[in-house]
Amino acid sequence: MPRIEVDANRCKACYLCVNVCPKQCLGKSKTISKKGYFPAEQERPQDCIGCKMCYVMCPDVAITVLKD
Amino acid sequence: MTTILAKKPNALTNVPMHYCPGCGHGIVHRLIGETLEELHIDDRAIGVAPVGCAVFADSYFACDCVQGAHGRGPAIATGIKRSKPQAIVFSYQGDGDLASIGMAEIVHAAVRNENITVIFINNAIYGMTGGQMAPTTLVGQVATTAPKGRDPKLQGWPINMCEMLSQITGSKFLARGAVDTPQNVLKTKQYLKKAFENQVNNIGFSMVEVISQCPTNWHADVQQALEFVRTKMIPQYPLGVFKDEGAK
Ligand SMILES: Cc1ncc(C[n+]2csc(CCOP(=O)(O)OP(=O)(O)O)c2C)c(N)n1
Ligand code: SF4
Ligand code: SF4
Ligand code: SF4
Ligand SMILES: [Mg+2]
Repeated sequence: MPRIEVDANRCKACYLCVNVCPKQCLGKSKTISKKGYFPAEQERPQDCIGCKMCYVMCPDVAITVLKD
Repeated sequence: MTTILAKKPNALTNVPMHYCPGCGHGIVHRLIGETLEELHIDDRAIGVAPVGCAVFADSYFACDCVQGAHGRGPAIATGIKRSKPQAIVFSYQGDGDLASIGMAEIVHAAVRNENITVIFINNAIYGMTGGQMAPTTLVGQVATTAPKGRDPKLQGWPINMCEMLSQITGSKFLARGAVDTPQNVLKTKQYLKKAFENQVNNIGFSMVEVISQCPTNWHADVQQALEFVRTKMIPQYPLGVFKDEGAK
């Protein structure tokens, strides 16, 4: 199963990843990060197809795409 | 077993980047890191960081870097490349840096066919200093020094660097990409790969221009900035390969 991890210490909440995900499985965290942002998070990992589009658009290299 | 499909390339350090949310600079940094790693040249790469928002780029690239005076990247890269021909030398520059104060350096590096790779970030604005007009600012685009929008009668027209440098015999590879969509990001990476491969193969002066969003000084949110790239920037700065003499 593919899924992603977001490094909350790098994420700046631009949500480019949220907008680009073809499966709309990303969302905005309700918890504020140390940086002062609401980082992106994967709300529905079960929908992830591992296409890497989120990683490709992320300007802060905050996303790792994994496969379990 | 967990396998990694995509992660931060090792050619980038772990230092978080300081760019504004959604800024194109970070995407291009990652593409450069990936390219250096995939071509196995990250251990002999030397970068030249500009004056501009990317002034701290030397903290983000894991290779050796110098931070040059405004606009002088191609001259500094020339010196490094000539004294260390085995090094893979790249200059990373903004539009104020490359097309204004550094116009002479970029033109003459191309004239001499210096075997260097130049990454040119065109965001049509002076980002670092707060949004003054750049040589690449679009007609009608508002800047602090063009408060009513750029007027060709007063400030002339935007300058298209790829098209201009393509007239110079010494330039070998010139391409313009964008980082507004995944498709354009991946295309830009192909151009970067070619521009670095050309240096490895001693083909010579190669430059990739990247149309890059600056939400902050375009006074736009991130999605509006992508829209500005699509509807305003790309019509003035068409994407594609303008010269590819390595292919001959
Ligand atoms: C010799 C010199 N002149 C002027 C400046 C002021 N200055 C700093 S950054 C900059 C322009 C930055 O714009 P650009 O190159 O487009 O980079 P961006 O910040 O947009 O990425 C200027 C004029 C300087 N630091 N040094
Ligand atoms: S694209 Fe990157 S920085 Fe932007 S919200 Fe997503 S993870 Fe955060
Ligand atoms: S890998 Fe593809 S499907 Fe999975 S979160 Fe990223 S963009 Fe969405
Ligand atoms: S001012 Fe513009 S170019 Fe500079 S970091 Fe912010 S968004 Fe990027
Ligand atoms: Mg600029």
